[in-house]
Amino acid sequence: MWWRTFPLALCLTVCSVLPCLALEFSGRIGAETRGFLSSPLYAGQQDHDASLFSDIELYHEFDSGSSVIFEPFIRLDSADTQRSHWDIRELNFLYVGDAFEARIGVSKVFWGSCEFVHLVDVVNQTDLVEAPDGEEKLGQPMLQFSFIQDWGVVETFLLPYFREPTYIGSGGRLRPPLVVDPDAATYESGAEEYHLDVTLRYSHTLLDMDFGLYYFQGTSRQPLLSPIVKQGEMRLAPHYEQMSQFGLDLQYVLGGWLWKLETLHRSGQGRSFSACVGGFEYSFVGIFDSNMDLGLIGEYVFDDRPDDYATVYDNDVMFGLRLAMNDLASSKLLLGMVKDTRTSSLITTLEASRRLTDWCTLDVTAVLFTDIDSHDVVYGLRDDDFIKVEAVLYF
Amino acid sequence: MKIFVLSLVALLLLPVVAMAETAEQKGLAIAVEADLRDNGFGDYSSTMSMVLRNKHGQESHREMRVRTLEMDGDGDRSLTIFDTPRDVKGTAFLSFSHKIGDDDQWLYLPALKRVKRISSHNKSGSFMGSEFAYEDIASQEIEKYTYKYLRDETCGDLDCFVVERYPVDTKNSGYTRMVSWMDKGEYRPWKVEYFDRKGSHLKTLLLSDYYQYLDTYWRAHTMVMENHQNGKTTHLYMRDFEFQTGLSEADFNKNALKRAK
Repeated sequence: MWWRTFPLALCLTVCSVLPCLALEFSGRIGAETRGFLSSPLYAGQQDHDASLFSDIELYHEFDSGSSVIFEPFIRLDSADTQRSHWDIRELNFLYVGDAFEARIGVSKVFWGSCEFVHLVDVVNQTDLVEAPDGEEKLGQPMLQFSFIQDWGVVETFLLPYFREPTYIGSGGRLRPPLVVDPDAATYESGAEEYHLDVTLRYSHTLLDMDFGLYYFQGTSRQPLLSPIVKQGEMRLAPHYEQMSQFGLDLQYVLGGWLWKLETLHRSGQGRSFSACVGGFEYSFVGIFDSNMDLGLIGEYVFDDRPDDYATVYDNDVMFGLRLAMNDLASSKLLLGMVKDTRTSSLITTLEASRRLTDWCTLDVTAVLFTDIDSHDVVYGLRDDDFIKVEAVLYF
Repeated sequence: MKIFVLSLVALLLLPVVAMAETAEQKGLAIAVEADLRDNGFGDYSSTMSMVLRNKHGQESHREMRVRTLEMDGDGDRSLTIFDTPRDVKGTAFLSFSHKIGDDDQWLYLPALKRVKRISSHNKSGSFMGSEFAYEDIASQEIEKYTYKYLRDETCGDLDCFVVERYPVDTKNSGYTRMVSWMDKGEYRPWKVEYFDRKGSHLKTLLLSDYYQYLDTYWRAHTMVMENHQNGKTTHLYMRDFEFQTGLSEADFNKNALKRAK
């Protein structure tokens, strides 16, 4: 299959072109430490960890508007060998024509409208060791064509190589009792990770509404995990099935309110199922006669799979507060709460961030797991309350 | 847009012939004339530096590039790309202003590659933590205000009109009224005083360093906004103006927003 040699050929082409261009260079390096409030539940886990990461971007835009970009990422972690990892977030050439765009290479694409759960986002795989909340994604090799018309944007993606998610290793906190062994991965498709996944999306803006509709056919980004015994040790083996999925994301502006909806229907992974997340966002500006803005977020997510362990977000309500101080340091305070409606489980996140200088930020985050029910997927994380301090330098 | 404005002028002029002009009519006529003189610029791009200063004298800098497209029969479109502070580099803001009703706005967040529609309903929010509100930097469409001519006054070496403006969207604007000083020769604003919802003097904007582009269009290169209530100031320096660069609607859509760097 032609696409098996595609990543290598692309890499060689882009890498040979890059040095000839006047590149825009930017990036960040960060140091992070996490202290866990309770002793670990599983052997090998630590009370705290420290890590360093770096994210560099080389970019060049041609006069025509077309561009090349290279963005490597690396993290080194003290506690978890799996969290020490590198990735190519982007390495691609973007051609910009009249009402047409084509991209070849590794890139990131986001689809969705909601804040707490990114339900319909399907192209890029989750970089789980980076962010347990699923906010970080791995680079995805792709061939993308976009047609931009007055009546909407039609995009098609050919995805020639499947990326496995990163999994937290035995030394890492915030993991289930058993460690996932990526080497034991199996695939439904005979082509394994070289299965050619395809997706077609239509998106448009109609007055106060932005929406997108897509169909995806290919390797499921979420594996089926089954226990195996390897070298006398119980582990989880991921199995990646083929799936087809319809997705819809929508956002509607009504005065000061933003209304959001994401829904999907998936078949191929056992019984077909649907899931849905919806909610609102409202901002109060200039509260208490000051410059400060306060945003309120409310969302509800539902997944109709009967299996308790299929997802964290089976039937949950989410509440968020976002306070922007609008001071010189751009100080911000975020509060997020995820409450399971069927069990007692509650996950609370409190994040405070500010700029120390024009090129340095400080971020302090606390995550608390309260009354986690034994039937919840995150039961293994019940003693993993932590406080994280992160400083990032930008250049 | 030109035809529309001309017909507006014609409408305004008709009653003038018949009866004495009221202060409201004269205020609107001045605003229409100022708008008319800026008509036909097509598109332009520029670079903007903001220096935010609090009452203790501490400073923070913001740098951004702005592209603007004039639309026929609608408000201007603009794309703003943030370069500094470094942690917001790559964030981009797309705005379709409208003569009537709320503007359409989208924000691009580069970390997640996400385009987010945002509400422009609350116009009084601070732009990037500065003393400029969103409504101060938004396209100043005639229809967004009602007007009243107050008096003539000298401003520096120039003769100025002093005109009061009142936001049409009284509920979501941070102001009850604004007083502008505009020179009679070129219809350029030199000073604006903003009065908050309680009617107190909130801010003063001073505009200077005017340069004329394409022998027609005047742009201030320095703007200083002082907040009298919290003691903070924001200096805004514009540079690298380029007019009629060939931008089109295709440079102001969500795809262009995602590509903006």
